[in-house]
Amino acid sequence: MSASVDAAAATPVPTRRSRGQTLRLYGRRLLRQPIATVGTVIFIIFLLMAVFGPWIAPYGFEEQSIPDRLQSPTLQHPFGTDNFGRDVFSRIIVGARGIFLLGGTGTILAVLMGTTVGLVSGYFGGLLDEILMRLLDVLLSIPSLLLALVLLGTVGPSLINLILVVAVLYIPMIARVVRSMVLDLKTKEFVEAARIRGERDSYVLFREILPNALPPLLVEASMRFSYSIFLVASLGFLGLGVQPPSPDWGLQINEARNYLEGAPWMLAFPALAISMLVVATNLMSDGLRRVLQPGREDS
Amino acid sequence: MLIFIVRRLGFMVITLILASLLIFAATQILPGDVATMVLGRFATEQALDNFREEMGLNRSLIVQYGDWLLNFVQGDWGESLSTRADVRDLVMERLRNSAMLASVAFVMYVPLGIVLGVVAAIRRNSWVDHVISVGSLAFIGLPEFVTGLLLIAVFALRLDWFPSSSAIAPDAAFFERDTLERLVLPALTISLVSLAYIARMTRSSTAEVLSMDYVRTAYLKGLSRSRVIGRHVLRNALLPTVTVVAIGIGWLIGGLIVTESLFSFPGIGRLLLFGIQRRDLPLIQATTMVIVVIFTMANLLADILYGYLNPRIRFR
Repeated sequence: MSASVDAAAATPVPTRRSRGQTLRLYGRRLLRQPIATVGTVIFIIFLLMAVFGPWIAPYGFEEQSIPDRLQSPTLQHPFGTDNFGRDVFSRIIVGARGIFLLGGTGTILAVLMGTTVGLVSGYFGGLLDEILMRLLDVLLSIPSLLLALVLLGTVGPSLINLILVVAVLYIPMIARVVRSMVLDLKTKEFVEAARIRGERDSYVLFREILPNALPPLLVEASMRFSYSIFLVASLGFLGLGVQPPSPDWGLQINEARNYLEGAPWMLAFPALAISMLVVATNLMSDGLRRVLQPGREDS
Repeated sequence: MLIFIVRRLGFMVITLILASLLIFAATQILPGDVATMVLGRFATEQALDNFREEMGLNRSLIVQYGDWLLNFVQGDWGESLSTRADVRDLVMERLRNSAMLASVAFVMYVPLGIVLGVVAAIRRNSWVDHVISVGSLAFIGLPEFVTGLLLIAVFALRLDWFPSSSAIAPDAAFFERDTLERLVLPALTISLVSLAYIARMTRSSTAEVLSMDYVRTAYLKGLSRSRVIGRHVLRNALLPTVTVVAIGIGWLIGGLIVTESLFSFPGIGRLLLFGIQRRDLPLIQATTMVIVVIFTMANLLADILYGYLNPRIRFR
């Protein structure tokens, strides 16, 4: 396959841009939206916290010090200490890792599997499509937190199980988004052209259709990630998520329940962390939508 | 319209049967031996055998599933493993309490969310819009257990306006001062996330309709603002809101589970958690099925309502 045909296939729009130019264009569009930029920056800060957490944190997240328990915020402990004398600030920083690990890996798995289902279902259609879609309907007929609780209640809340549950929950939505993109793209001339050229189905799917389905997929994935933060934190709060003494934010909030009056910082800072990350991810997702799919929604 | 409803009903039955299969599989097949799971790892072989015999676990899984589904449809939901109570009585009692809580929340957030969304869209980019948008965004980022704890900290502990626990008697009467007082904080907790969500969705759909040509036409032919909004804008803008409210019922159920646990409210969500903690299979299966049936019916109702309001999709 010659390079020129590849390039033509990758850019269905008449104006041809190199990859670098496209990225720069996206960057400029993003910067024109200050709110989305702020969201993206906050998101990246949390991501860095997740990666480098244990090295940034001033104390170990399991480091107990009973004499220092329930201290209000000071210079030594900027977010105060909890009922075991553990540094809340350090626990939040290290806790970010769990959220990204669970929600992030779960979402990525869901994207991989959901995309496969969506591509196959939309491209081949027919009975297979009908069966796959009905099966996804079944998953969607059970409210996500309920399904997560029932599954985790039986298989037990290990790290792997949590990731798998997040993935299973989000496959249907992602598959639906991809499928509807495929149905739309299937009728386009450049896909028709590739078929007439005699390309194999796998080529048409992965080289012609998938690249064009990426923008909505990315937007959907970032939305799902923000939901997964919610879900993982709720599961942690209900005791069916990450288990103690891990510094999970939901778990931390659960532990803060008994100290609402005496040590409100135990609730305030993890709550702030969850809320900031969810809102930032939402803003980023909105921004992505406008950068990658301009004209779809201009409000 | 009738064909549309019958078709959807058919889909619903198929979905429910498959969902029941999934629930049965998730609770009965996945974890391995049910008897060991319930009786513990140190149970004697004799005890395990007796238990299997009693529960009919020696039969093939297909027979067990068929039996279970048949009994469920006929209203025989079995006996709770941990409390020895009749599961159906237990579930129905808690369901009534949850319905009570959910309806109080529903009445709070649906109208308010729509009003806030429409107002924000009409006064787009004014300070009212900014306050509503930023406020709703902040609440979308707060899970129920956080808003609930914040509400407890402020309204129960600091101001002492409402009790911090909603542990009413499971058979408490609804229209009593004490019951209602205890419902306020959990209902508010459930409402805030959904309120924010509905307000945001309504705002964007209303804003979209406001930019349509026919709205401009309506203004240009001299109609008053209230008439344009009432007659032309809202009818179209609220269409997606119907779907949003239906999707929101899934959130509402999730919110109920978390909120009931937080406030110790004797509802179906707390019952489910209790069942999961005690590994009480009949209880888990029945509560899950009941919630799924309600959720599916709510979705069907939304579909029918949507089809009724939007004639274009009726004969699809």
